[in-house]
Amino acid sequence: MLDDFMMRATLAGIGVSLAAAPLGCFVVWRRMAYFGDATAHAAILGVALSLALDVSIFAGALLVSLVMAWTVTQLSVRGYAMDTLLGVLAHSTLAVGLVVVSFLSGVRIDLMAYLFGDILAVSRADLAIIWAGAVLVIALISWRWSSLLITTLNEELAYASGLNPNREKLILTLALGITVAVAIKVVGVLLIVAMLIIPTAAARSLARTPEAMAFMGALIGIISTAAGLRAAYIFDTPTGPSIVCVASVFFTIFSIIVPVRNKRF
Amino acid sequence: MNLISVKNLAVKYGGNTVLQKVDLDIEQGEIVTVVGPNGSGKTSLLKAIIGAVEPATGLVTLKPELKIGYVPQRLNFNPTLPITVERFMRLTAKAETKSCITALETAGVPELLKGQMSELSGGQFQRVLLASALLGCPEILLLDEATQGLDQPGSAAFYRQIEAVRRDTGCAVLMISHDLHVVMSASDRVICLNGHVCCAGTPAVVASTPEYKALFGDGTDGALALYRHDHDHHHDNSAKIHEVAD
Repeated sequence: MLDDFMMRATLAGIGVSLAAAPLGCFVVWRRMAYFGDATAHAAILGVALSLALDVSIFAGALLVSLVMAWTVTQLSVRGYAMDTLLGVLAHSTLAVGLVVVSFLSGVRIDLMAYLFGDILAVSRADLAIIWAGAVLVIALISWRWSSLLITTLNEELAYASGLNPNREKLILTLALGITVAVAIKVVGVLLIVAMLIIPTAAARSLARTPEAMAFMGALIGIISTAAGLRAAYIFDTPTGPSIVCVASVFFTIFSIIVPVRNKRF
Repeated sequence: MNLISVKNLAVKYGGNTVLQKVDLDIEQGEIVTVVGPNGSGKTSLLKAIIGAVEPATGLVTLKPELKIGYVPQRLNFNPTLPITVERFMRLTAKAETKSCITALETAGVPELLKGQMSELSGGQFQRVLLASALLGCPEILLLDEATQGLDQPGSAAFYRQIEAVRRDTGCAVLMISHDLHVVMSASDRVICLNGHVCCAGTPAVVASTPEYKALFGDGTDGALALYRHDHDHHHDNSAKIHEVAD
């Protein structure tokens, strides 16, 4: 079954969708979209370093995105103007990463594969790493679900309930780093945040509980992956962007059919 | 033993001292209102009590195992988060649906159990936050600007609710308000804060006078009272404190 590249691609996409949904909910609720972008863009630097040092791309991307996410979290505590700061970090790490890649004359690199993903080239080993990462992210977020929700609703309320909001934020940072690392192969660094926020944002109009939003987000993500892969196969379009296109269609449809009263974006 | 004991507290953000030399004790069952202008450090005081900021100097002591019911400001709520009132209440306290309904009844809004948090009005939202805080049977309620965004009859109704909660459960109340002159009439003490404790006293209960009626109308049922400040110093623009000789 795993011999078929379409099957491997579908399973990889499902793994990423499952991890992206619960994490994506928090990205939407905590308005972390730009934070996610900065982390994801930094991963290209990790890819470049991995290629230069000849180590696993997953490991390099994971390390750099964790460092990035952690740095941004620390800076936000110190009260920098986040919008500008994230813009600076997101684009400068992407640019530095691309420049570093250009120095790697020894290896021939398909840069597009890292920017937009190359889901059809997912190997059995990749698949194992993607699913291990996805399971880890789901386990982390399920474990801290209530605490993360309280922290998201109000930090003082979290303190008064005996929680440490900074520790909860660290959990999200860790989950984001892992998700970025495993999603590079599937949608590429430029579209990772799309997989995080579009399916969950589409689910917002339908959901009445936080859990429902995560489950529906996962479902929409999986359907988008399957349909996007199919469309890419039929119309010979790039796979990552095709998947994101389908998710965007879901978002648009649900935003239009749900009464104006409930629109939250 | 006091529920909360604050001794010589100072709070600093970077090099900026927002609060200094604050002493405050809260006993069982008393209602204390802290008033102060914006930037006076009243929210920092509350944060120091719940452990959200470290005191630069001084000591905050809570009674061991103190059960706190915290009512935050509404400001941070993000409407992209779908959550029913019941689910929200059960996040911070392990409770059955029945207890949620009881707490909502105490707060005066039993019909909201299945409602969405994002669709509540300002007054309903504050009452749900109050009900949620009551769910854990607190020994003290901490309210951070709980009447912000409510009109005067709304604030008065909310204050009456707090008073009833204190009467029925015997819990203490520490309330923070930016309204310097109009306070909850049931306050046992009012503390005026502006970087330090400027003065403390009791609210004047003048609900029966014609002046009170002219100020608050008939709809407030005596829940509001005026607080007369008695400062022995004033603050100039550089925040220096000048003692005034008697």
